[in-house]
Amino acid sequence: MTYTQTQTTSWHDIVLDRLKANDVRLVVYVPDRVFTPLIKAIHADSFFTAFATTREEEALGIIAGAWMGGLRGAVLMQTSGFGTIPNALASLIVPSQIPALIFVSERGTLGEFNLGQALVCKTMRPVLNSLAVENITITRQDELAFILDRSIKQAVATQAPVTFILSPLLTGGKVFNGQTP
Amino acid sequence: MNAAPTTAIGAHNAKIMNRFELTQRLVGHLKREEAVIGGIGNANFDLWASGLRAQNFYMLGSMGLAIPIAVGVAIAQPRRHVIALEGDGSLLMQLGCLATVAERSLKNLTIVIWDNGIYQITGSQPTASAESADLVAIARGAGIAESAWAADEDDFDRLIASALKGGGPCFIAARIDDKPAVGTTERDPVQIRERFMRGLGARPNQTG
Repeated sequence: MTYTQTQTTSWHDIVLDRLKANDVRLVVYVPDRVFTPLIKAIHADSFFTAFATTREEEALGIIAGAWMGGLRGAVLMQTSGFGTIPNALASLIVPSQIPALIFVSERGTLGEFNLGQALVCKTMRPVLNSLAVENITITRQDELAFILDRSIKQAVATQAPVTFILSPLLTGGKVFNGQTP
Repeated sequence: MNAAPTTAIGAHNAKIMNRFELTQRLVGHLKREEAVIGGIGNANFDLWASGLRAQNFYMLGSMGLAIPIAVGVAIAQPRRHVIALEGDGSLLMQLGCLATVAERSLKNLTIVIWDNGIYQITGSQPTASAESADLVAIARGAGIAESAWAADEDDFDRLIASALKGGGPCFIAARIDDKPAVGTTERDPVQIRERFMRGLGARPNQTG
């Protein structure tokens, strides 16, 4: 790995760098507040084709098609969006052995203020584990580049999807302002 | 394209045709290894029955995702034309993708919808397009300017030939009858995916 970390490097710089290093040129997402700096940086870099979809399973369908056409893709979503994709995982991505790279901005833990997010979060790992989909919760910036680099290579080599759950410990998460009822 | 305005299903004059016959006509137009994504159910079964092609992807699940998968292929291979075949029920499940298709403005993408107004494979319950929803008006409203009903078989041929010239995205809807599909797709997702990738030349160092 050639990546060197500097004091000003942020988690989203590392994600962008490792996507480029692994030739992941298509990034399709349903927006998320915490992922905003990553999405902005990807849009600003002509290496990537990046756009929003109306639904998370639509994004998975697009990167599945792109993979089959020879182009590597990643999807970005937040925890609640994960709740919409189990059918696409179980009936397309997993049985067809497509190395989908799925990035989830983790909501529902470590200070969540929205009960709905907290409950969807509790379904996420059990769903992934029941489908035997590799999933890694990333909490530390010093481990991020290694985890992404190795796991993307593994996904491609083994023709299997991988889910990267980016914890608030890594990203800072969405901060509770204390003013909800 | 025939862009005659339509308001509701009952108001347009499209002839009710047969899905297998139209699928065969469609396949007859494919001379340049165009990719075809067959949506789950009868769209896919009639595509299978129309003859195995290495550039066909036969969906065995994930209802509603034929168009998104076609979008991905079209982005990955901009010089290859890509066609999504989808039923009315499947399209209604994932209408948002039409807005994405229009926004991406993919010239090499054509969407073909078989509209028989029923969820045929689950017991022929009526879909919203049976009485009220006009799928072509929805596509045009989503921003796909080249959206049309096929008036009859000859018109379908004309619309497909025009779409394959690459001025898309194009959306072509055909009213079809409730005849069952002619075949049943082989259920082996890995083999289907691998054959498709080789058919698209997407496997490094592949020999054939």
